[in-house]
Amino acid sequence: MKSTAAEIEAVELQLLLTAIHEKSRYDFRDYSPASLKRRLLQAKDHFRCASLSELQHRVLHDPGLIPRLLPYLTVQVSELFRDPSYFLTLRRDVLPHLRTYPSLKVWVAGCSSGEELYSMAILFREEGLESRTIFYATDINTEALQKAEAGIYEIDRLALFSENYRRAGGKASLSDYYTAAYGRAKFDQTLKKQTVFSDHSLVSDSVFAEAHLVSCRNVLIYFNRSLQDRAVGLFKDSLVRRGFLGIGAKENLRFSGHADAFMEFNRLERIYQKL
Amino acid sequence: MKALPDAAVVIGASVGAIEALMILLPALPASYPLPVFVVVHIPPDKKSTLAELFAQRCSIAVKEAEDKESIRGGVVYFAPADYHLLVESDFTLSLSNEEPVLFSRPAIDVLFQSAADAYGNTLTGVVLTGGSTDGAAGLRSIIDAGGKGLVQSPDSAEGTTMPRAALAHCPEARPFPLQEIAALLKSLPATLSS
Ligand SMILES: C[S@@+](CC[C@H](N)C(=O)[O-])C[C@H]1O[C@@H](n2cnc3c(N)ncnc32)[C@H](O)[C@@H]1O
Repeated sequence: MKSTAAEIEAVELQLLLTAIHEKSRYDFRDYSPASLKRRLLQAKDHFRCASLSELQHRVLHDPGLIPRLLPYLTVQVSELFRDPSYFLTLRRDVLPHLRTYPSLKVWVAGCSSGEELYSMAILFREEGLESRTIFYATDINTEALQKAEAGIYEIDRLALFSENYRRAGGKASLSDYYTAAYGRAKFDQTLKKQTVFSDHSLVSDSVFAEAHLVSCRNVLIYFNRSLQDRAVGLFKDSLVRRGFLGIGAKENLRFSGHADAFMEFNRLERIYQKL
Repeated sequence: MKALPDAAVVIGASVGAIEALMILLPALPASYPLPVFVVVHIPPDKKSTLAELFAQRCSIAVKEAEDKESIRGGVVYFAPADYHLLVESDFTLSLSNEEPVLFSRPAIDVLFQSAADAYGNTLTGVVLTGGSTDGAAGLRSIIDAGGKGLVQSPDSAEGTTMPRAALAHCPEARPFPLQEIAALLKSLPATLSS
């Protein structure tokens, strides 16, 4: 039996999410509650509130607080070439298919601070597909989107990024793509010249372009089943016939009603192809 | 057997985990009615093969936890490397990539705290050998929610820091050697249904 404290907190959490929804365009009511609760309890401590209810009270009376809650409401952990074998599989097995199209659109959904976008841009450049491709990099966290546009990362993250790049079949040295100064690495600005960054929510917005490849990694795990289903529906509607969908290494389409619209292209790497 | 309330076991282990779990998990019968969730600290780059390793040696079913799957009794769920494992109140599982806790992802505290919320007084938490203090706060949450805490006796553990921290943080929890923890876990369903 659940404890009284846990039951009260569950109610408080839902009320807080309702308040955020009422006072902003953000709707977190269908996110996975356990992780969200953990992060909002951290926010509660950070903002020196005694309870989630007090945080809810603050949100209702001061909606300006909501942007400051976003770092708690969303998880911003990312890497360049995260899960190198995913990018290696794109390079070896998916790009040869994409090469047959005269022009390409790639949607990186939930792009965070741009790590996945730059990985994709480097991959497409090295495979000679960059000039015929438009990339859409979307997220709901506008601060993350600004970082993505800037393409600047702390230099101490670059050792990992370089190792990932090498394991992803990189053809050069990652350092060819950035300049280091003052403890930071700034990525080659021409890498984003084909990219449109935009604020787009998988919860409330609709499809905005036809895509040949959708990469949405480590976003679905933060959604409950019904929200996962909505997001996968958007990917399905956005993809051309035989278009590709890549999701996170530990994500799956099992609980989506749209699973039947896809076939497994590479099971291990979670790459699907629309039928 | 009478129908059981929703109940579960959570286990956390770090250095020395494999040897300790080799005593606990193979002791559970295939008909064990409860789900068992396990977090072992594993380096992120290791493709975790824990589930495969234990599946070969256990009668109870063993698998790696998958995002949003429904929880079933009689299954041991391992957290995958580099992801936190959380239990949702509707008895499904979630994975998360959020920051490591006490340098660990998966973290024992994250599993224990979410499971304490979902199960309350029908949860049993087990802290085994390890060299960090992960698990202590989680076990506290379990006990505060009415659940039970078992800790591997530090003198029998390869890593003593973790069981010591858990005991210091939770005076209500008692230390046991592994064989006794195995026996307690086996008798748990009978205790719950009586
Ligand atoms: C863990 S990051 C994943 C970053 C990158 N895709 C990767 O795999 O490394 C999750 C991202 O999803 C974004 N996100 C959360 N809810 C979203 C929504 N409803 N629509 C679009 N993006 C969302 C978050 O802001 C965050 O940047």
